[in-house]
Amino acid sequence: MKNYITVVGLEVHAELKTKSKAFCSCSTSFGSEPNTHVCPVCLGMPGALPVLNKQVVEFAIRTGLAVNCEIQKFNKFDRKNYFYPDLSKNYQISQFDKPICLGGHIDIHVGKEPKRIGITRIHMEEDAGKLVHSGSTIKTSDSSAVDYNRAGVPLIEIVSEPDMRSAAEARAYLEKLKAILEYIDVCDCKMQEGSIRCDANISVMSEDATEFGTRAEIKNLNSFRALERAIDYEVERQIELIEDGGHVVQETRTWDDAQGMTFSMRSKEEAHDYRYFPEPDLVPVEIDDTWIERVKSELPELPAARQVRLMSEKGLQAYDAENIVATKAMAQYFDDAAKHTDDAKGLANWLLGDVSAYLNNENIEIDKFPVTPAHLGELVTLIKKGVLSSKLAKKVFVEMVKDDKAPKDLVKDLGLEQVSDSNELQKMVDETLAENPQSIADFKAGKDRAVGFLVGQIMKKSRGKANPAMINEMLLKKLKE
Amino acid sequence: MKVTAKEVRHIANLSRLTVPDSEMEKFTEQFNQILNYADILQELDTNGIVPTPYVLPISNVLREDIAVEGVSHEDALLNAPEVHNGGFKVPRVIE
Amino acid sequence: MDLYKNAAHELHEKLVKKEISSVELTNSIYNRIDQVEDSVKAYLTLDKENALEQAAKVDKIIASGEKIAPLAGIPGAIKDNISTKGLRTTCSSKMLENFTPIYDAHVIQKLRADETIFIGKTNMDEFAMGSTTETSYFQTTHNPWNLERVPGGSSGGSAAAVVAGEAIWSLGSDTGGSIRQPASFTGCVGIKPTYGRVSRYGCVAFASSLDQIGPITRDVTDAATVLNTICGVCTMDSTSLHEEVPDFTKALTNDVKGLRIGVPKEYYAAGLDPKVDGVLKKALADYEAMGAKIVDVSLPHTEYAVITYYIIAPAEASANLARFDGVRYGYRDMKATSAPEMTTASRTEGFGAEVKRRIMLGTYVLSSGYYDAYYLKAMQVRTLIRQDFAKAFEQCDVLLTPTSPVVAYPIDGKMDPLAIYLLDVCTIPVNLAGLPGISIPAGFVDGMPVGMQLIGKVLDEETILRAAYAFEQSHDYHKVMAPLGGK
Repeated sequence: MKNYITVVGLEVHAELKTKSKAFCSCSTSFGSEPNTHVCPVCLGMPGALPVLNKQVVEFAIRTGLAVNCEIQKFNKFDRKNYFYPDLSKNYQISQFDKPICLGGHIDIHVGKEPKRIGITRIHMEEDAGKLVHSGSTIKTSDSSAVDYNRAGVPLIEIVSEPDMRSAAEARAYLEKLKAILEYIDVCDCKMQEGSIRCDANISVMSEDATEFGTRAEIKNLNSFRALERAIDYEVERQIELIEDGGHVVQETRTWDDAQGMTFSMRSKEEAHDYRYFPEPDLVPVEIDDTWIERVKSELPELPAARQVRLMSEKGLQAYDAENIVATKAMAQYFDDAAKHTDDAKGLANWLLGDVSAYLNNENIEIDKFPVTPAHLGELVTLIKKGVLSSKLAKKVFVEMVKDDKAPKDLVKDLGLEQVSDSNELQKMVDETLAENPQSIADFKAGKDRAVGFLVGQIMKKSRGKANPAMINEMLLKKLKE
Repeated sequence: MKVTAKEVRHIANLSRLTVPDSEMEKFTEQFNQILNYADILQELDTNGIVPTPYVLPISNVLREDIAVEGVSHEDALLNAPEVHNGGFKVPRVIE
Repeated sequence: MDLYKNAAHELHEKLVKKEISSVELTNSIYNRIDQVEDSVKAYLTLDKENALEQAAKVDKIIASGEKIAPLAGIPGAIKDNISTKGLRTTCSSKMLENFTPIYDAHVIQKLRADETIFIGKTNMDEFAMGSTTETSYFQTTHNPWNLERVPGGSSGGSAAAVVAGEAIWSLGSDTGGSIRQPASFTGCVGIKPTYGRVSRYGCVAFASSLDQIGPITRDVTDAATVLNTICGVCTMDSTSLHEEVPDFTKALTNDVKGLRIGVPKEYYAAGLDPKVDGVLKKALADYEAMGAKIVDVSLPHTEYAVITYYIIAPAEASANLARFDGVRYGYRDMKATSAPEMTTASRTEGFGAEVKRRIMLGTYVLSSGYYDAYYLKAMQVRTLIRQDFAKAFEQCDVLLTPTSPVVAYPIDGKMDPLAIYLLDVCTIPVNLAGLPGISIPAGFVDGMPVGMQLIGKVLDEETILRAAYAFEQSHDYHKVMAPLGGK
């Protein structure tokens, strides 16, 4: 059985967070009634003409710089011609041979070694409208209704080199790219809302092959999970096909999440001939060094830099810092919570541990986390100060996610304050020792486990509130007498 | 013969048009007439000549990113052949 | 009073002096239309109620003593590919038979701001594709000089309306000669401005890098007046120039002493009707007598211009007309059960043969495998043609050529498409180079008007207007009304 190498390239479309559309002044706001943010231009009315939104160019330059691309000084737009009801002019204004950015890269970590994923190009284009199908899927509908609110919203398309060799690498690349786009504030990256979309070009090649295999393009990947599952499925499908003596066809396939399979979208038509030609209604965009330098100087802090900063300023370990900065929202949360505690390590542990577990369970992002950064910070501080044991803190946490009360108040309400008063503790120690003469004897006989048993008894007696470190110390002192 | 009737049908398909069978021959003939005439361009040596996609020597016509209200919903749908739930209704999107 | 016989600048005086009212003037135009429209068939849509309402408004403004713009209260006709909000705009196509625009073209907004009157929308070749106005889905327009002959195209309706007295001024559009050639065939004045002078926002696009809107009028002064109103930068058109717009009427100094008039030999070659040639030769002699200097020049790539145009224009048109798919507006075939089927049927039924031919030609020259040989090549030849003009203008100030190698020919002449295309040989190069061009009446051949074309440097409408005006004033062609079969 031959060994096969997986080859994956990703094409990511990101909607830019501009206020107005790419070629007209209609609002880009999401979720309104159909056809209420439209005008003659984005409706493709006869006689309408496009005028380029300056912010689109700004955001595209910013993105290119953030992923190490060469910004192209001379840019032009082209018409990409095809017929589809969601395309109001039946051509899309895009960039064909002179895109705004060429040749960049993103570094990812899967396993120990970092890996560099190349970026081929980034170009500007406009989004199409939305089709609402009468049935549950496009295939089972006998009509659709078109909403052009989204038509003309600016997009950047980021095309990677086919450098990824596994589903995990593809996921890591997409996560990193998403984080960068959020950090530089050009896209709100909401996969469920479609403001960031990913198509995967997948092929396989046998280990001894000298050329890439034929690739299939997979669409409709609406989550990281879907991306991974689709790659795994498609790779298997292609290998099986080849092993059976067949050939992989260059085609577009759609990922069906429910069935966990890809299906061919090939219609009777042959491959698209987009008949690209220069857009005569727009003039070229020329970007000079001054413009590029200015955008560079205004570039917000990127994840890698933030990670380094957290490590040096807050003393976090590389692994923790990397995970904290993985999304802008998490990094921001950390910064906000860190104002309320000086135990950065403890805070990181909570965020990457209990908080992340909670978010995963509830299937939400940190922006929907019910506990405020201030309160989480306070919780960490209480533990650090010894007011609350870490074990009991978990109980407090459970209450906090219910209605975000201040941890101090919850500790009081629940009567969970850790007892650290030495007199009180001494009383408990003396009491417990008196109640457990066998344990004393065991200890004197060399069974160290007896101490743990006694600590357990005291914790039970105090309903978990005794300061375990102090009790341990006191017990040992008494036992050694 | 630069293009056959078959190719004409293919071009028509790409353009979302149909040429009726009864007119196909004449159409193909006229099409060919024009394309044959286009051969005269091959007489010209255009090596190194920069193409002119833009008549004007202007660049960077850019607009500030300000959202402005567009047309009313009623105007948007004013000429719509069929409407459904505020959207432009079309029959099934794939064949 | 046959008010329709007056030019706009004359009528403006009368309005200001309160010798006539705008309502009176507007009514007289509609009366003239009642008289002759059955023979001419220039209009597709008339807007009488709104026109009279606007006229009444202007009369009030005049009565209040307020100053009015030169075109205020003066009825004009608009070619039916220019978007007029609320008023049916068809591009002479079944595809847009019932289409009501939801916005005004930029030029319409400017004209409304000047309180002008819109009489109605004029007939044209379907989607501006044609040279005779015969490809119109609705009707054929007749040349007021000989009703059996074509008025030219694609702005045939606008030209015929002005010449028949059914409008005082009009707007046309010009992609390969569609203002100038009808002006020549009907004996009036038509200007295509420098590309970018007039906003294309609201002009239904045929070929984006070639289209320009311009005036068709009975004399040069009116053309300059309309040009003053419609020129200027537009924020909705990325290809519109930020250049200062001079007062074009100030260029009408009636003086051409020392003007260097270039005569490109390639425009006086085989194919030019010898009688038309005769008219041009006489015009040149007239200019010399007025003190102009005649210079022989050459535009060596002229013979390649027509095919260059018929590759570039259809290519752009194939994309510009793709939006007509029956989804958002326009004709829809209601029987289809899938969107692709619906779009194909709607376009097949909604477009005429010439439009279909050009769309398919355009699709072909852009398609994979053919792009380099046709479209790219054509763009390169376009550069050569522009360079030809630049070189020629080193030796002269304007160029003088026939507007058309022939005079207006019979309706339904059954010519091959290519034969018709080749008759655009004099006007097409001007669009390819983006230069300003004007056609004015220069004489007659067998009772049919002959137009001569003056081509200027980029942004130099003033010099061609000056040259045109001088010729016009030394002749009477602008004062002669078309016979209109005796009406």
